[in-house]
Amino acid sequence: MMERNKMGMILFLLSEAVFFLLLILAYAFYHTSGELGTQAANALDVVKSALFSVALLSSSITLWQADVCLKSGGRSQARLLLAATILLGLIFLIGQGTEYAHLLREHVTISRNLFGTTFFTLTGFHGLHVAVGLALLLILLGLAVIGTSREPTSLAMEAISFYWHFVDGVWVVIFAVVYLWGYV
Amino acid sequence: MSEESPANRAITSLADMKEYRGMLSWITSVDHKQIGILYIVSAFVFFLVGLGLALAMRIQLMVPVSHFMSPGAYNQIFTMHGTTMVFLMAMPLLFGFSVYFVPLMIGARDMAFPRLNALGYWLYLFGALMMYFSFVAGGAPDAGWFSYAPLTEKGYSSSPGIDYWALSLLVMGAGSVATGINLIVTVLTLRAPGMTLTRTPLFIWMIFFNAFLVILSLPALNAALVMILADRQLNAHFFSPAHGGSALLWQNYFWLFGHPEVYILVLPAFGVISEVIPVFSRKVIYGYGFLAASTIAIAFLSYGVWIHHMFATGMSYVILYVFAGSSMLIAIPTGIKIFNWIATMWGGSIRFTTAMLFATAFQIQFTVGGLSGVAFAAIPIDWQLTDSYFVVAHIHYVLLGGTLFAMFAGTYYWFPKVTGRLLSEKIGKLHFWLMVLGFNGTFFGMHWLGIAGMPRRAYTYLDRPPLGTLHLISSLFAFVLALAILVFLWNVARSLLKGEVAGDNPWGGWTLEWATTSPPPVENFDRVPSVRGRRPLWDLAHKTEGGQP
Ligand code: HEM
Ligand SMILES: [Cu+2]
Repeated sequence: MMERNKMGMILFLLSEAVFFLLLILAYAFYHTSGELGTQAANALDVVKSALFSVALLSSSITLWQADVCLKSGGRSQARLLLAATILLGLIFLIGQGTEYAHLLREHVTISRNLFGTTFFTLTGFHGLHVAVGLALLLILLGLAVIGTSREPTSLAMEAISFYWHFVDGVWVVIFAVVYLWGYV
Repeated sequence: MSEESPANRAITSLADMKEYRGMLSWITSVDHKQIGILYIVSAFVFFLVGLGLALAMRIQLMVPVSHFMSPGAYNQIFTMHGTTMVFLMAMPLLFGFSVYFVPLMIGARDMAFPRLNALGYWLYLFGALMMYFSFVAGGAPDAGWFSYAPLTEKGYSSSPGIDYWALSLLVMGAGSVATGINLIVTVLTLRAPGMTLTRTPLFIWMIFFNAFLVILSLPALNAALVMILADRQLNAHFFSPAHGGSALLWQNYFWLFGHPEVYILVLPAFGVISEVIPVFSRKVIYGYGFLAASTIAIAFLSYGVWIHHMFATGMSYVILYVFAGSSMLIAIPTGIKIFNWIATMWGGSIRFTTAMLFATAFQIQFTVGGLSGVAFAAIPIDWQLTDSYFVVAHIHYVLLGGTLFAMFAGTYYWFPKVTGRLLSEKIGKLHFWLMVLGFNGTFFGMHWLGIAGMPRRAYTYLDRPPLGTLHLISSLFAFVLALAILVFLWNVARSLLKGEVAGDNPWGGWTLEWATTSPPPVENFDRVPSVRGRRPLWDLAHKTEGGQP
């Protein structure tokens, strides 16, 4: 039987998946029923977002490697990779921040129209999840720096990695639906 | 059992448990039994509040054109009644029974995540208090327990009631997901040696699948709630038709949660019934496999029927037919369960204790509620009766005549385990008969009221026969129902003060919770009996080699 912390995390992510699915469906619903698509295509800078997305996706790889290193005893390497993961996640959040700032300057707000409503709610909740993930990763890094030689436990690493990979996976779907759909 | 350590022998009531003394021990506890008791007691307090609100409604409706309360007050009261009964009473009551008995019945010392367990309870309690704070913060929510858009938009509902409603459900929803996860992991990882999944009691099966329903359907509600909050707080437009939003989207999301929710409210009741009936019929449960498997069918199907709450919204016939079909389909696994319980009772040497009486009444009343439910799946009947008192009759036959009766069966069955004292059977029987009378008297006539055209959620009505007579009868019997609850309170108080000492296993139960003392010690078992069958205590008493399946 699977270890209980990992099992708990997976169940939590299942629950989160339903939550995001419905936010994404709400976006898709208004996309098909109105003018959302063209608005998305006009307002969003797909190339820039794609670059920031690459940062987020590579952070999954660095975290995976950090986990591998930790298991094989390479603590200092694991520390570096964890720090890199956090940096990449931070870059993504900064990217999202600049995107929001740009949209707000163009008066695209959550109350402007249904594009704003669905876009900000969906990407906002995703961003919130990234921020929570960063907090968790910071704790891991803190433990790796000042903790005992057995900290962070590889269990904690794995459970938090599950979360982080999930948040990345959700982003892939959001990117496809929000940023690319406008063009098809 | 005879080999209990003498130290435990002295404990015959909760008051003897030194670990449970003092407020602080209850506030800081991570013991699943204390948290279970906290859940159950809080849920019961909110039941009394919900009952008070219901009585206020029944007083208002006792006579035509009554001026007992204003229409606005009536709106707040039925909304708070429904919300309280579903989210503040029924769910926490079921969670209370779950977190108390799941570890005991699988032979574990506690839940998989004891602190998460405490978090779930406190989120619930503070969410519930936040809901009631709305009364003093400018007005309670008033859009019904399912808060249809666009009534909930700022333009139509300017009091902060809906904001409190949404926020508080969000807080409690997070707690429910946490508890659901905890229950699943507990069942999967903490079972006693020898207890394979197919040897777990049916209560465990029901709670297990129920927990999946919880973690997969509450996020749907949570998503809808954050959307309504965005609409109200940030002027977003999800559900506001004036800006191109869709009121139907709310309905779809709410019922995508709401229908599984009604099964969340009833599956644990099925679990209780599946424990009580065999013990008091002195027979092995009939069709264990069917009972467990039909639960899987119910859990799956419950995600595919939500449109039956929206038959009157003008959808295409294809959609209507599909969902009418799936809704009728779900009656099959539910029917299977009822046949299994009847077959268990059939030819058994039945002891009609109060618990068994409640379990028997559950089967009859739940069947009545189930039949009116299947009737609704027929689209023309739904069009005729939706939003009428027929619906009010239906939900109460299922939730009150069903779930609540089952939980009373569970209460009489397990009270001696939890407190160490038996409830009085004599007062219990009085409670039971008053409750059957009060319940059926209050709600049976509502079928007829609905057919006669009485709309639900209406604060008054004109004096057109038979409305006046039927409402009057219903209101009078509502007080009988309230009396029954008072009798129950008296029974509990009496038994806590001077109830008969229960002993470990007063009913001759077979599941592991009866293997330990009453009340159980902090970590439940001195020594977990090895499990070789579905009825470990029976195996122990008969020392069967190899046990049963
Ligand atoms: C204890 C005695 C109870 C009485 C006398 C009672 C009475 C009522 C009445 C008269 C209404 C209809 C209000 C209207 O449409 O104008 C109602 C609605 C409702 N009741 Fe009860 N009820 C009781 C217990 C329960 C219980 C135990 C539950 C659930 C577990 C429950 C759940 C509901 C719900 C969900 C509604 C719908 C509220 C809405 O329309 O938003 N009730 N009740
Ligand atoms: Cu339904």
